[in-house]
Amino acid sequence: MSPAYTPLLQRLYTGRGWTVIAICALVLFVAVPCANLLVPPSSPFHLSAYWVSLIGKIMCYAIVALAMDLIWGYAGILSLGHGLFFALGGYSFGMYLMRQIGADGQYRVNMPDFMVFLDWKEFPWQWWNTDSFLWACFLVVAVPGLLAYVFGYFAFRSRVKGVYFSIITQALTYAAMLLFFRNDTGFGGNNGFTDFKRILGYSITTPETRMVLFVVTGAALIGALLLARGIVTSRYGRVLTAIRDAETRVMFCGYNTVNYKVFIWTLSAVMCGVAGALYVSQVGIINPSEMSPANSIEIAIWVAVGGRGTLTGAILGAGLVNGAKSFFTVAAPEYWLFMLGLLFILVTLFMPDGLVGLAKRLHAKFTRPRAGAASTDAPTAARPAQQDA
Amino acid sequence: MNAQDYATEGGASGQASQGHVVTGELDTSHRTVLYLDDISVSFDGFKALNKLTLNIDLGELRCVIGPNGAGKTTMMDVITGKTRPDSGSAFFGQTIDLTRLTEAQIAHAGIGRKFQKPTIFEHHTAFENLELAMKTDKRVRRALTARLSNEQYDRISAMLTQVRLNQCADRPAGSLSHGQKQWLEIAMLLMQEPKLLLLDEPVAGMTDEETERTAELFLSLAGSHSLIVVEHDMAFIAAISRKVTVLHEGSVLAEGALTDVQNDPRVIEVYLGR
Amino acid sequence: MRALISSLLLWLAIAASSAWALDQDAVRKLATGDSDERTAAIAALLAEGDTRTSGILQAMHDAELFIAGDRILIVRNDIGIDALTGATVSPLPEARDEVAINNRVRRELTAALAALNLLSADPKERRSAVATLTDGAEATMLPLVRKAIETETIPDLKAALEMVRAKLEISSGERAVRLAAINKLGDSDSPTTKTLLLTLLAKSPEGQYAEPDAGLRAAAEQSLRKVEGRLAWAGRIGLAFSGLSLGSVLLLAALGLAITYGLMGVINMAHGELIMIGAYATYVVQTLFQSYAPDAFGWYLPVAIPVAFAVAALVGMLLERTVIRFLYGRPLETLLATWGISLMLIQAMRTIFGAQNVQVENPSWLSGGVEIMSNVVLPWNRIAIICFAAMVLIGIWLLLSRSRLGLFVRGVTQNRAMASCMGVPTARVDTWAFGLGSGIAGLAGCALSQIGNVGPDLGQAYIVDSFMVVVLGGVGQLAGTVYAALGLGVVNKILESWSGAVLAKIAVLAFIIVFIQRRPQGMFALKGRAVEA
Repeated sequence: MSPAYTPLLQRLYTGRGWTVIAICALVLFVAVPCANLLVPPSSPFHLSAYWVSLIGKIMCYAIVALAMDLIWGYAGILSLGHGLFFALGGYSFGMYLMRQIGADGQYRVNMPDFMVFLDWKEFPWQWWNTDSFLWACFLVVAVPGLLAYVFGYFAFRSRVKGVYFSIITQALTYAAMLLFFRNDTGFGGNNGFTDFKRILGYSITTPETRMVLFVVTGAALIGALLLARGIVTSRYGRVLTAIRDAETRVMFCGYNTVNYKVFIWTLSAVMCGVAGALYVSQVGIINPSEMSPANSIEIAIWVAVGGRGTLTGAILGAGLVNGAKSFFTVAAPEYWLFMLGLLFILVTLFMPDGLVGLAKRLHAKFTRPRAGAASTDAPTAARPAQQDA
Repeated sequence: MNAQDYATEGGASGQASQGHVVTGELDTSHRTVLYLDDISVSFDGFKALNKLTLNIDLGELRCVIGPNGAGKTTMMDVITGKTRPDSGSAFFGQTIDLTRLTEAQIAHAGIGRKFQKPTIFEHHTAFENLELAMKTDKRVRRALTARLSNEQYDRISAMLTQVRLNQCADRPAGSLSHGQKQWLEIAMLLMQEPKLLLLDEPVAGMTDEETERTAELFLSLAGSHSLIVVEHDMAFIAAISRKVTVLHEGSVLAEGALTDVQNDPRVIEVYLGR
Repeated sequence: MRALISSLLLWLAIAASSAWALDQDAVRKLATGDSDERTAAIAALLAEGDTRTSGILQAMHDAELFIAGDRILIVRNDIGIDALTGATVSPLPEARDEVAINNRVRRELTAALAALNLLSADPKERRSAVATLTDGAEATMLPLVRKAIETETIPDLKAALEMVRAKLEISSGERAVRLAAINKLGDSDSPTTKTLLLTLLAKSPEGQYAEPDAGLRAAAEQSLRKVEGRLAWAGRIGLAFSGLSLGSVLLLAALGLAITYGLMGVINMAHGELIMIGAYATYVVQTLFQSYAPDAFGWYLPVAIPVAFAVAALVGMLLERTVIRFLYGRPLETLLATWGISLMLIQAMRTIFGAQNVQVENPSWLSGGVEIMSNVVLPWNRIAIICFAAMVLIGIWLLLSRSRLGLFVRGVTQNRAMASCMGVPTARVDTWAFGLGSGIAGLAGCALSQIGNVGPDLGQAYIVDSFMVVVLGGVGQLAGTVYAALGLGVVNKILESWSGAVLAKIAVLAFIIVFIQRRPQGMFALKGRAVEA
């Protein structure tokens, strides 16, 4: 008897997968920098600063989409508050960037302008040690991570789930937004942080610095993809999808599902935080509107468009939706909300598995069905599993 | 949900205590594996369980019957920690207080449960279903790095063969037939290596042949495992039963051999009405 | 024109009938002196307690007093009267200077005129005079006030006058009078009384009391205690009212959700936009009344209410038919799709009505308010909303518990398959029930248009709140929704009085987040099997 079971020691990617990733890495790390920095602007192969910053921004969003996909596509938990973690990462790193301005602000004082404006004499406690790059990096990970851990631990322990959980996360980000709008919170109120000058002593506006940030973001995206892939192909990942499909059964199998959910929830928040930090240093502004419920819910649609429960889908969705957004908000701003709204409706009605699901279905139609075709991604997202009454 | 505090307490000690600290070893020195004593559960005034007392011996195969709403499923909920009793005590062996443990801890202690409606992981293959159920270290950290050893692989293969699912090991479990799903769920239970199995209507939707094989399987398990089987199929019960408990309105109405119980006038009244 | 003539005649009559025997020195000082002299002059004129004084003071107040050489003239409608003699002056001298007054003098004049009005025959004038004097009386008016008390017949006016007298007497004259005044002030409920009493008790930095008499101080202390107690009650009542008012707004916003989410289980993120549609429907009705039936403008609300309901209900039914029905049983997808709908509705309103807020005016019978204590004014529009919320609540309750639709809705939500088997047209029931929930959102919008801005983003402000209310109250529990809405409203206002609006809001959200951890099923949870199903 030699059963032909799927080798469970699934590799991260097949040879073809690695090839695709390598090509992407090559484009991001070599082609883009060359086209931007070395090719003269007159050449048709020149990549303008606009495109570099747009792609950089979208890569940040793609990391967020991956994080959202882990928690929603794989664990079945829809968060409407991921914008909060993104913004917290952004604010954490933004504090460092504000300190780097030094005395070059409007008031020529070694303090952020808004503090001078509010007539503050010293930095509030939140700003302790924020002139240290390493401390800022620590905060980027720790602040969203800690908040997510505490919130997730209590929510999951109390078995808050489904729509309840979604609404509570929305309330969380809404409350945080109100908090950050206040000047007293110490993060610049309405205006947030902007007018950054330097990072690690280098001017933040030169093409070279921007390109370094771009490459770092690209590396972070690929890293996030590999990390996510590693997680979903592990036994942990299989438990996670099992929790999504039949949580009670998982508990009766002896898994403490609370810990499983808290882990992926926290990790997802940390990924968002890192993306937020990269975003702030490239886009150059962060304000409380990043925490608005609308922003968070938009993340879900990126993932839904690309295809829940597929990592490539999440990246694809983030790219397509945001690409379309930057195009239409310039070309026809009054119609963008219509289109976004329509996208929400059409995707949920007609493309429950997103573009990747659609592509798979088309592919399956045109190639002969192979028994037990081991898909490279985990099964597509399920309808909410009916649990025993 | 009325005993949220217990659940949270268990959850708080969760990660560190999985499987060893809180639960301790199963102590069956008195040859009794499960003690339910004076258990009451009520939902909004409706008494689902009313001073239920039930003991299960080591290696026993006990059938539980009763009309709808007699409290069979609630009893299983109490044993597996899904529902907390309002009063009474539930002990697994001499030492393990089931009312203080979470579902996961109870599963680790050695109680496995099959639901009325087959509950399997439909998007995972049959093989993966068993892999997930397999008794092993189920903490997050281990699950992230776990690799299947050859010995574990063989065990899963053997189990698949035993429940005749080896041909569909790579198929998503959702595509199996109803009977196959029932078998898969039983196989998952066995992979957990439980001491006590709770089986809620295990042969519903099975063909006669499948039912017969299930009966054989249960009989072979009895002795090394303790089983509580809830069924409506009297033929199946007749095939496997040694001792039958009749539940009615949340408490035990009658207990004994099937023929004795079937002739008990109170049981006849409950089932047939006046 | 006729009004002008009649006032002119009246004026001439007064001028002619008066024997102008005024203190000439005082009048002269009034016209030409500096502020201090003028104040003294006003006091002197008042002391005579002559109603005829009011003519000259009124003229000065209305900038009709002129100086022409050494004559002081009152010029109204190009007819001049000599202020000292009462003789008509004609022709008017060309060279005349208006008597300019500053704010301080103006204030004195207003108070003095009011004091003179205390003796007016018209009760309305007396009432407004008392209102003016309640916080602005001067010691010089004391004789007038005393005189007025003797003649006053209307009880509440008399009481108010006595309070005014007490305020004046507190710092004047004999100890017995002052003591009586201090005791009298204990019956007051106004914050100015409190300040007045506090000045008596004040202590200079050297430890000297402003009031040397210990007995008076003790009495003042006692009165102060009483006033403070009353003020605290006024504060509490005000707080309870604003809490109730906020609560009923939340209730209106959440009631529709209690049906669509609580009973039907549909997560409608566009609920806020249905509220917004109701508000815009009210705006359109109001505008139509303004342009086509301005005389009946006060009646636009009774028309707007059914219109708002119908428009929102129709939009809701359309949504249910075209989108939501395909997503039953998939709550997260419903959430996303309805969010998409809300975006489109917002943009549609921006396109139609513009991104700016539109103006919805209260009909006149909703403006103003009722004063239940001094400083506690309950605005009519808020009172109306509380009543409206109560009526809507009763209406829904009757509809759900007594009508066939209610029976069907409850049946379908409990067991769809069974209801269907028994011949209930489940699909149609869904549509109607969703329409009902949406219509109630429209009603909420109509109500909100009376107390706040109407703009495309109106709904966004309420969506988080209304979900919080429903979740807190327990899904499917109408009673829970009511308690949660009112409770949140009152708690929010109480916190607001401590910490400001934003922090209060954050605290409430944080409270709900924590609360849901403890009671995931809300305050009024269903227990048992139904919970996990």
